[in-house]
Amino acid sequence: MSGFGIGMDPLWKGLCEGASSIRPISTFDPSGFITTVASMITPEQLDIRAIVPKSYRKATKVMARDIEIAVAAAASAVQAAGLTTRATAEGIAPTIAPERVGCHIGAGLIPADSDELAAAMLTCRDAEGGFDPGEWGRTGMNNLTPLWLLKYLPNMLACHVTIIHDCQGPSNTLTCAEASGGLSIGESMRVIRRGDADACLSGGAESKVNYMGLLRQTFANRLAPVPVGADGVAAVRPFDPHAGGTVLGEGGGILITEAFESAIGRGALVLAEVAGFAASQCACIDTVGVDLSGSSDEIAAAIEGALQDAGISATEIDAIVPLGSGIANVDAAEAKALRSCLGDRLAKIPLITLAPQIGICGAGASALAVCVAAQCIREQKLPARLSTTGSIALGVDADARSTGSATLRAVLVTTTGMGGQSAALVLRRVT
Amino acid sequence: MSARKDISPSQRVVVSGMGWVTPLGHDLETVWSALMRGASGMAPITRFDARTFPTSFAAEVKDFDVNPLLKDPSAHATAGINSKFALGAAAQAWRQAELDVKPARNLRRVGMYLGAGEGVIDTPNYLATNLRAWDAARGKTDGVLWAELGHKLMQAAREIEQEPNMPLAHIAREFGARGPAYNCLTACAASTQAIGEASSILRGGEADVMIAGGAHTMIHVLGVTGFNRLTALSTSTGDPCKASRPFDLTRGGFVMGEGAGMVILETLEHARARGAKPLAELIGFGSSADSYRITDIEPTGRGAAAAMLQALSQAGIDPHARGDDGRPMVDYISAHGTGTKENDSIETLAVKRVFGDLAKDIPMSSVKSMLGHLIAAAGAVEFITCVMAIHRGMLPPTINYATPDPECDLDYVANTPRQAKVRTCLSNSFGFGGQNDTVCVTAFTE
Repeated sequence: MSGFGIGMDPLWKGLCEGASSIRPISTFDPSGFITTVASMITPEQLDIRAIVPKSYRKATKVMARDIEIAVAAAASAVQAAGLTTRATAEGIAPTIAPERVGCHIGAGLIPADSDELAAAMLTCRDAEGGFDPGEWGRTGMNNLTPLWLLKYLPNMLACHVTIIHDCQGPSNTLTCAEASGGLSIGESMRVIRRGDADACLSGGAESKVNYMGLLRQTFANRLAPVPVGADGVAAVRPFDPHAGGTVLGEGGGILITEAFESAIGRGALVLAEVAGFAASQCACIDTVGVDLSGSSDEIAAAIEGALQDAGISATEIDAIVPLGSGIANVDAAEAKALRSCLGDRLAKIPLITLAPQIGICGAGASALAVCVAAQCIREQKLPARLSTTGSIALGVDADARSTGSATLRAVLVTTTGMGGQSAALVLRRVT
Repeated sequence: MSARKDISPSQRVVVSGMGWVTPLGHDLETVWSALMRGASGMAPITRFDARTFPTSFAAEVKDFDVNPLLKDPSAHATAGINSKFALGAAAQAWRQAELDVKPARNLRRVGMYLGAGEGVIDTPNYLATNLRAWDAARGKTDGVLWAELGHKLMQAAREIEQEPNMPLAHIAREFGARGPAYNCLTACAASTQAIGEASSILRGGEADVMIAGGAHTMIHVLGVTGFNRLTALSTSTGDPCKASRPFDLTRGGFVMGEGAGMVILETLEHARARGAKPLAELIGFGSSADSYRITDIEPTGRGAAAAMLQALSQAGIDPHARGDDGRPMVDYISAHGTGTKENDSIETLAVKRVFGDLAKDIPMSSVKSMLGHLIAAAGAVEFITCVMAIHRGMLPPTINYATPDPECDLDYVANTPRQAKVRTCLSNSFGFGGQNDTVCVTAFTE
């Protein structure tokens, strides 16, 4: 689920055409923020009531935006994998027994809807117009719907998805910023390897395109300045020596990760093998992992771990999907880590940078990266890149280019979130 | 149960350190002795003026200063209360595991798996921003005004500290942990799930040591609001110390607690190599989803039972078997036991579903009667309670138990602690949203 729409097809088409879904923020007046653009999912692209089963429509009232994105992405993944679940065909036996299906969906911190909260507080103003907690306790809080809290709990992404598709196996919600999606896919691998599930719905989703999301990312010095009327696509330049910050996106990726024998047994089309995974924690000079300068050793450790887990050498990596945010200190740490693992050959390995096209989608970012990596392997093709020039200064191949075919045996996905958690995955072509 | 000694030491996960910060104290002994007295941590809320709220009491952590436990407090100067709880509990655990004097062989293989909650909202400034930016004429928020007020009133460090992965970052900084790092936030099941998944990472060979546990507080205006609106909290108007009444017929909801619980888990192989003393062995973990409703627990206890059965299966324990002494193979269950009508009766049902006729012979208590519900941190604190029970041969009570409920007909260790031979325990945690997690821990023997 991305600013290009629901499913892999519109995303892939948009990426290959060199299009961008970054546009002026339209859901509120963003002119007071440093960045006024984002990759937005439009109401036409995401009509949640049309996506969930009829019997579940009532529950859409308690879905925050992040939950809607996860539910839509899950519906798309289940359909693409040819799975029958409680959602796709009521009364028909599911393809995989519900107790053997897990669900790992990374999530972000979901802020309350400002309009809803403010409207509820109107009767609780003190003499100066500020908030009066006494009146709130007496009467005001009753203006909120009883299920208000459940809209915003991060585990509600997985909760709704498990109910809709009847996944009764291990279920988890990882909250490690941009690394959440990659870590969730790693966790699904672990759960499947230890025999606790045959398949999992794995990934992550988030929208930070709201007041608190923008404010917190501003406070963390992550956003590219894009005043009203400026070109938002040109503003996000991953691995460019003049990179000046990132642009946010709404989005998420859900993959069906499945034991190989389960997939083969049911005649599934295998898109790629998740061959290797590893994770690490960065040493953060500022403690909180906003500044990742000096963190390349730990990012490299995750990459080396994933290569080792996959049992392949660095020379078999034919493309890389990094976080590639356009945040200078993060890009530099990523590039240095990649160089230490892949050596001089790095300059010749194409990086697939998604931020100028779909923004950075928080907990959904690395899940979308894995989706794109799998699609690249399936299509044996590299999508177009936008915005960046001069990336060779960081020793990487990330400059703007058009789409083209490529021989892709294995694709590396790396991600490091704010907070310093790093994950790396190796996806391999299955022939 | 299969003989543990026949299992490879790289596949055996031991507990080598524990620490907690709770409403009844900030170190193992103080809290344990309070639990053994049947003390209660509840009192009127002091964090904000809650006098008009439907619930005006909670179990708050009192007089806690993390700085004496830290190597360099200045590195954590901006830490939120959540991160401070996490650091305090982790520092105790690290010390008990003697990791400061018998270091891990490689910090790259010291990972973290936390079930930490989000940090505390900057309530006055956040609410003032939202309220003052309201455009009455248009009936919606004025985005430009919101941005102006937000930038002016709210502070960067305070906002960044609300990210749920911040306790991870602080702990990494303090102890140099550079291994796999995860934070899960599965509501009230989070830290049990964290401990369970951490054991899976160790068995998979991805790390030698894992710092695992959770930290949380929701004792703030919007936290209490959220749970009050869900009618999940006790709204008792009497003595707050009597408000949390798990398994009692008159139970009326949970009481909020706060704090952290952290354990050091490591492979037995690594513990032996560095000469650490195992405190207990984690032998089973189970996780399931109800996939039922967003608000209600699956009424037959299917999901809770699945988590317990999976944990027992991994531990190699037949729930219907009795040991040589005629006792069930599980000696104690630390219940999720929130004190809500629904949870306690369905948890009872699930335990009977798993253990059948043996269920009534297994004592099961809820320390939430004394500590309140530490939300994401609850499971880790309860796991530590199990290890303490194994060591001390004592079971913590469920206090405030007075009126039996026909739907809750097991042995809840009512009101007074009990001496018992405790070898193997289950610790249950179930979260809003239908996550169920159970870990199984046993006395360590070579």
